[in-house]
This record gives sequence, C-alpha cells and structure tokens, in this order.
Amino acid sequence: MKRARVLWQGAVHDAIDASGRLRLDTGELVGEADVAWLPPLAPTERPRTIFAVGPNYADQAKELAFKAPDEPLISLKAENTLIGHREQTQRPMDATYMHYECELAVVIGRTARRVTRADAYGYIAGYTVANDYAIRDYLENYYPPNLRVKSRDGCTPIGPWLVDAADVKNPMNLRLSTTVNGSVTQRGSTADMVFDIAFLIAYLSAFMTLSPGDVILTGTPEGLVGVHPGDEVVTEIGSIGRLVNTIVGDEALSEVA
Amino acid sequence: MAIAWARTRAMSQPDRFEVDPATGTVRIDGCEADSSSVEWDIPTRGTVFGTLLNYRGALAALGNAVDAALYEALPRAPVLYIKPANTWAAFGAEITLPAAVAAVEIGAALGIVIGATAHRVAEREALDCVAGYTVVNDICEPHASFHRPAIRQRCRDGFCPIGPWVIAQHEVATPEALKLRVLVNGKLASENTTANLIRPVARLIADVTEFMTLAAGDVLLAGVPENAPRARAGDRVRIEIEGVGALENALIAERRS
Repeated sequence: MKRARVLWQGAVHDAIDASGRLRLDTGELVGEADVAWLPPLAPTERPRTIFAVGPNYADQAKELAFKAPDEPLISLKAENTLIGHREQTQRPMDATYMHYECELAVVIGRTARRVTRADAYGYIAGYTVANDYAIRDYLENYYPPNLRVKSRDGCTPIGPWLVDAADVKNPMNLRLSTTVNGSVTQRGSTADMVFDIAFLIAYLSAFMTLSPGDVILTGTPEGLVGVHPGDEVVTEIGSIGRLVNTIVGDEALSEVA
Repeated sequence: MAIAWARTRAMSQPDRFEVDPATGTVRIDGCEADSSSVEWDIPTRGTVFGTLLNYRGALAALGNAVDAALYEALPRAPVLYIKPANTWAAFGAEITLPAAVAAVEIGAALGIVIGATAHRVAEREALDCVAGYTVVNDICEPHASFHRPAIRQRCRDGFCPIGPWVIAQHEVATPEALKLRVLVNGKLASENTTANLIRPVARLIADVTEFMTLAAGDVLLAGVPENAPRARAGDRVRIEIEGVGALENALIAERRS
C-alpha cells in the first residue's frame, strides 16, 4: 500500500494510491493535482527524531573529499524542515551553493531498542523519498553539517508516498535519480550504501530508543549540483515514489518586517 | 510565589502552579509542598535545541584549536544540536549510565521555552516569544572534538532531564544575569552565570530564528558553561538556576539482563 497525507478542501486526510488517483479516508477519489501534499508521516505525540546520515555512498564520499568513516556520521534535523510533495523550498539570496540530496527515507514502525541487524527490518513501517537540501555556504566545522545548513524551514521535502515495508522486496537495491528541469543530474543505487539500513537501525538503537514515526535519511549518491530559483527538482527512487519540489528565492516567500 | 507551568504524572497536560524557585516550594491544592515530594512529569513538549559554545569560557577553552586548521574560524552563527525525545527525563527520574560510560558531564542549561511562533524575530522583540524558563540538564559523554555531530555522546535515553516547571517569562526580570550552580552529592561542583553568554537570551533567539522557525513549546538551551562537572553512577546531581528552579536527578548504573 502507498499511503499519503493530503490537504483537501481545507481538511487533512489520510489517502492511498488508487491507480494514479488518491482514495481519501472518506472513500472519495480525487486527482493527485487537486490536493496539497503533506509529509506522509502520521503525527507523533512527541517530536519525531529525524536522522540524516552523512556521506553514505562510496562515490559521494569521494566527491566531497571525505574518507568514508568507520562509524556513520549522523546528524539530527527538526520537524520544521519537513514539507510535502510539490511544494517550494527557499534558496536564500546570499547563498552561492545549495544542492539537493536524493535519499531513501526509512520510517520506523515499532519501538526499537538494541535491535540486531538480523531483526532490523521488522522495525520498519515503510519507505519514502526525501530531498535533503543543503546550503553549503553555511557549513561550519562545529558539529557539521550544522543545523543552519540542513535544518532550515522547508528544506526537506519528503513524500509523496509512504510505501509499506512489506511491499518493498529489496530496499537495498533501488535506483535513485534526480532531475533538474528535466535533465538527469544524479543517478545511483541503494545497493551502494556504505552503512546499510539494517546496520543503521542496529547502530542507532544500540544507544538510543527509536520510536514509531522516527525517520532515517540514509544518504545520497554522487551527482550533486547547485540549484537556483525557478528550478524544478525531482528526486525519484524506484518503486517508492517521485518527489517534486521547486526552488524559490527570498522574494517568493512572504515578507517579514 | 511565582507563576509557573508544570505537570505532575497525574495530569494529562501542564497547568498553572504557584512556586518559589528559591526554596523549591510549590503550592498544590492549597498546601505548600517541597518540589522533591511531587512526582513531576516533563513540563515541555516541543523540540529541544542545544547551543554549542555559547559561554565565553567554553569558547576560550577551545584555545588555539580555533585558530589552527582544526575549526578554521570561530562559529559564525549559533551552532545547534537536538536533544531528541528519547533523551527527555522528568525531575527525579533516574538516569541510566551504560557500563561503557564511566562518567558524564553535567551540563547546566537555561531552557528558554518558546511561547509563540518565532521566525526572524528582532532582538528587541525576542522575549515576547518566550513563554518562560526551565532548568535543563544537558548530559553528555565527554568528547573533546566537535568535528562530527555527537549524537552517540549526547542522545542516549534519559540524557536530558527537564524541569520541574516552566517559570513564567515575566517572573524572570534579568535572564541575562542568572546564577547557575551544579551540585554533585550536595557539594558545589561548578558555578557560572548567564552574564557570560556570548549570545544572551534575546540575541540567541534572534540569531537562531534568522535561519529556523521556533514553534510554541520548543525549548532552546542557552548553552552549557565551561568545565562542566563530571558525575558517575551512584551520584545525585542538582542544577540550580536563580529565579527559575532546581532540577535533581540520580545517576544509576545500567543493569544488563
């Protein structure tokens, strides 16, 4: 099942994919272009924890002149950064290098504490696509990537669908790609992850409890290019989904006195 | 008595209390009680953001490392990290130290509790966005380097006690000059004051909300003073913040089954 959360006629609905249309929780069928898409994540009582894995593809580690570490580099992001499919992300006027990162997002389904690699898949609710934008101008050498680079408002489009874990036969063999205005700029496969999904769940749950709704963004392959206002950026992962986002400049967002 | 918001374990949501931060007295059902006799729950609900190196002494302690290629420069913008929901603990809760962790640093942090959405707030208006203040124990495993996000050191379960209450903003006349004390087993272990903050409360809110919106309920930690005292399993730690309150927790050794 592919699940979404959408805003339709002023109300939030759960919805499922019905052959190119959306079946709302009310039973109504609506067009995909007729709704506003929210992140496909059910609300949580406490703020969800959002993990972002640093260089996690051998090729991207090389591109960023990093040595792939023996331990994953993982930072946290806050929920202010999540937005849905077909929304806009702001590129600040003073930024010179803002790039997308097409990432497989793993959503936790059960409380996970000291889970073994062998059992890890049993703790996953499903998968979705995230675009983990970064603005490299703001990178500092203190807890990098610092929140100013990665946890900005609306800087992490996610969706459109949460695909049930049971429906994804092999999440470690999915094609990733990104297009900017229709040109392919990034290609990769989840098969090339340095630290795979099972490892990441085992690693994190060894020292902290993971809760339903927590999200792990598993890193991005090589092929990062800068994006500019007006660009349509599409991050797509195999059977999981095709996430569309548009870059806007400062002027497109409401003015703040 | 001062106005505070807090929640006991019997309450489904926070309510208004009258408290005396100096003596730890709270009025409950018309009777005065010592705060340590109350079963407190966590008084806040939003994302908890820590601020790295916001005390002059903490930055000075980095010494030459700042000038060396190590960090390249002083932090330009606030360097934040997240204390995710699994780290939260209530007043009085026992904090479990894994066998592998010999000692932890007790981080005395003023918790600034946001009361209204704060987006690009001017310094002079920043305190209008503050609901109140609480005491936070930002516990971490000692780590000398900030070159990588320190989630393994900062994000273990229970590593962020908060409470016992949120003292109303208007009750704290000078957030820029509050004494902080850490006591370990009743003995004074360190002392500092928010007068030593590089970015005092209002400035910090302004600089953070320049790149990230803070929501009502979020908690922004003003920072942790230098030379954070260390504590071990079996120790009782107490953090006092003048005019705000005192937070007490015991550290216990992990029992592995």
